[in-house]
This record gives sequence, C-alpha cells and structure tokens, in this order.
Amino acid sequence: MAAKVVDIAGLSLTFETKDGPVYALSNVDLTIRRGEFVSFIGPSGCGKTTLLRVIADLEKSTGGSIAVNGLSPEEARLQRAYGYVFQAPALYPWRNIERNVTLPLEIMGMPKAERQARAKKYLELVNLGGFERKFPWQLSGGMQQRASIARALSFEPDLLLMDEPFGALDEIVRDHLNEQLLRLWDKTEKTVVFVTHSIPEAVFLSSKIVVMSPRPGRIIDVIETDFPRGRGLDIRETPEFLKIAHRVREGLRAGHAYED
Amino acid sequence: MAAAKPKPIARLFAGHAGPVAVLGLALVALWYAGAVWLNADLQIDAFARAGTDWNFTDLVAGTWAQERPLLPAPHQVLAELWRTTVETGIASKRSLVFHGWVTLSSTLLGFAAGALLGILLAVGIVHVRVLEKSLMPWIIASQTIPILAVAPMVIVVLGAIGLKGLVPKSVISTYLCFFPVAIGMVKGLRAPDLLQLDLMRTYSASARQTFFYLRWPTSLPFLFAGLKVAISISLVGAIIAELPTGAQAGLGARLLAGSYYGQTIQIWSALVAAALMAALLVALMGAIERQVARLMGARS
Repeated sequence: MAAKVVDIAGLSLTFETKDGPVYALSNVDLTIRRGEFVSFIGPSGCGKTTLLRVIADLEKSTGGSIAVNGLSPEEARLQRAYGYVFQAPALYPWRNIERNVTLPLEIMGMPKAERQARAKKYLELVNLGGFERKFPWQLSGGMQQRASIARALSFEPDLLLMDEPFGALDEIVRDHLNEQLLRLWDKTEKTVVFVTHSIPEAVFLSSKIVVMSPRPGRIIDVIETDFPRGRGLDIRETPEFLKIAHRVREGLRAGHAYED
Repeated sequence: MAAAKPKPIARLFAGHAGPVAVLGLALVALWYAGAVWLNADLQIDAFARAGTDWNFTDLVAGTWAQERPLLPAPHQVLAELWRTTVETGIASKRSLVFHGWVTLSSTLLGFAAGALLGILLAVGIVHVRVLEKSLMPWIIASQTIPILAVAPMVIVVLGAIGLKGLVPKSVISTYLCFFPVAIGMVKGLRAPDLLQLDLMRTYSASARQTFFYLRWPTSLPFLFAGLKVAISISLVGAIIAELPTGAQAGLGARLLAGSYYGQTIQIWSALVAAALMAALLVALMGAIERQVARLMGARS
C-alpha cells in the first residue's frame, strides 16, 4: 500500500466566539495515501475548507492528531510540502504571469534561469504557453486560475491542496479545467486534496470522495471509486457514475436530515 | 458606421484643458473686479488729494496701476514676477529665483527626511504591536500642535546648538510631512488581503520576504497619495520656518519683507511663485506615480 501522506485521527477544531464555541470540525478520521485524488464535498459550513486549511497549517486543530508526510502540519509547511490553490487566483497584479508563477521559486531562492524554465514548463502544462508577459488583468478568470495552478505546481510539491479552485467559473470552463486537472494528476502522479460542493465534479475527479456534514463539521461517508485513469467527461453518463453520484447525494441529504 | 468627428470646442472640453481654462479665466475676471472694488477708496482719496477730475474709466485704470494696492491686479503681479525672475540676475537678493531656490532646497530636504521617517514609522507600526500602541497617539498629537507656535522655538533651539540655515527649516518641513506618509503607509502596508497573506504563509515566506514581495508593492498607491500631500505641505513648512526669525532669504522672507514695507505686489508675486512651485512639485510626484504604475503593469 502507498505511503500515508495525510493521517488524521480524532481531529477536532473549535472556534471560541462571543456567542459560545463553534464546532468547525469534530472527531475527524481520515487517511490520504500517495497518489490519491481525494475530494471533500459538503454544504457550506461543513468544515471542508477548514479541514484543508488544517492540513496546510493555515488553521490549528484543537484536538486529535494530524500528520502530513509523518510530520506536524507546521513542519510540513516549513518544508514546503504542498502547493495550495485558493478559491480566487490571488495573482499579484503588479507581476506578469511568468513572475507570478516564479514567485514561490524566488522566495525559495532558485536561480533565475531555472525559475524561467520552470515557469515555461508549467505554463505550458496548463495551456498558458505564450502568456508569460501578460499581466493578470489581461487574462480571463479561467486563465488566471490556471496560472495560479501553474504557480502551485512550479516548485513541484508532491501534495496539491485545492480549495474550490473552479467554484467561481462557469460550467463550460469548469468542465474543461476538470479534464485538464485529471490529465495533470495522471501525468504528475501527485496526491491531490480537492474541496468542492459540486457532486459531478467530485465524482468525476476523485479516487476517494469524503462526504461531510455541518454543525459539527464531520465526515459521514467515504466513497472509493475506480474509474479508469484516462477517463473523459462522457463517463458522467454511465450507470456507475450515476450510482456513485446518487450515494454522495444520499450522504449529503442524511447529513442535512440530522439538522431538522 | 464611423462616429462623427467631435467639434473642436467639444473636443477641448472632453479633456482637462477646456474646463481648467474656463475656470482660470473666471478667476482672473473675478480678481480684476476685486481689485477695482478693494482699491477704489484709496484711488478716490488719491484723486481728491491731487485735485483731479475723474470718471469711472479713470477709476478702474487707477485701481489697476497703484504702487501699493490693497489687492494688486494680476498683470501687476505678473510684471513683478517677470522683473524679479527674468530681468534680475539669479544671484541677486532681489531675484525670486534665488529666494525660490532657497525655499525649494529646504522643502526637498525636509520632504526627503519626512518621507523616510514616515515610511520607517509605518513599517515599525505594522510589524511591532507595541509600537502601534505607543507611537500612534503621539503621531496624531504631533499634528494637533499649531506649527506656527512650534516653528520659532525649533529654529531658536536648533540655532542655539549651532544648527542654522537649511537644516532647522527643513526640520519644520519634516515635522509636517512625515504624518500623511506614515498614515498612508500604515494603511497601505496592511492593504494585502488575507488570501495574499495566506499564500505567502504556504510558501513559508519570512516576514522580510512578505514585506518586500507583498506589503511594499501593495502599499505603493497609498505611499504616493501620502507623498503628494506631503510635498505640498513640506513647502508650506519651509515658508513658515522662514517667517519667525526674519530669515534673510526664501519665499517666506519675501512675504515678511513685503508685509513690513506694505509691498503688496511683492507679497502676491511670492505667493504666486509658491503656488506655482507647489503645483509643479505635486505634478512631478504624479508623473513619477504614473511611471511606477506603468512599470507595475497597471492598465493604461
């Protein structure tokens, strides 16, 4: 079995607010292995983004244990173990696309020639070759998000954390980027953790779907899929796909019924 | 279908030039009218003393040509400006270029020191929580003290320890112009949004790297807004600093000498020179700002 990239046991995170404690995550157990594509899906407030941020050491858990590459999340972050793609592209407007992609490399002190080679390689990988000299405002939203993915890939982390990266895009662009992302995952054999609230997106992309539910944020189902790696969008019409999508929807509904 | 070519006048008013020119002309007309109104009493007295008959045309012509009018007419001020800049050698004590340079040099020195001080204070305040609590009230309090009251003391105290001339004057400018820079920069250095800061965190960037890669570039528009205010009040500070000790040179000295001897035309020409200088300095800052924005990929 492949090595554990993320190992979470009994994890909880409670925010203390004026109106009392908010249980963002409660008793979460999860193992993510090398090469997996794991989606967190659930309604807003279910803690899926918080869980991703805990893995990235952008939030601190308040209970339980978590290891990233066998280290604490902070140690893993300091070793630059992961690339993070946010909901918004968060490109720096004063840097052109190439210099946005090389930003992490500059911070890590890589020589200039090597930085430019990396930028070229990863911009081509996300189909943005030739846009090096453009500034972010000259690109469409989908292109900007692709540039931000190239930026996360540029320092070649084995783990890619993606927080609803295509949430703000229209469905046509989203479908297209989903296909590209899947091919990229296949080619680079990275481990991907992907937050979404779209059922088709989660089922299409993932090798493992983690269904979550709010108040308190918790995992209610984990579904393994075994679609072929080179799958295309047409797989969404197959009975197997619909069956898994149905199970995800049932899980989400059960999580909600708990509320009423 | 091609758009109709705009008429010349319409085109003029599409930009800045038209409206500015119209407003300028209106102000000049108002100024001439004001000169007639304010100087009329003096002129009527003068006619009475000379025993000459006068009509309205004489009165208007007279009010626009007095030697020491209450309000000099624009052309008198222009003539004085011409005489004291072009027709007088710049080394002369009567040259407005000489006096203007004295004031400008102290303005620029004070501005440079003030901008630097403002930036350093802002960097400290943004990075060290203790500094925010301890410095901010003092910074604000410093600007509530009337500068006219402080300036003479500063000049005298610095003079007593052997600092004379340029430095004490630019200290007053510095005192005035660090404030807008500091306030603007505190806001600017805090302007990066959480997402951009989180991004730096995922790269394990140091505080120093976060500053140079993110906070500093984000703060530049705020810096320039502060610098534009700062450079004009730096000029005000330099002029004020020239007043209290009866400085021998500078636009402030010209103002003071003019008011001692009732030379209103001299006062107004110094005022106009100061205003022109301020406008040029602010325009220069604006040009630098646009150039920086262009280099930073702003949409043109």
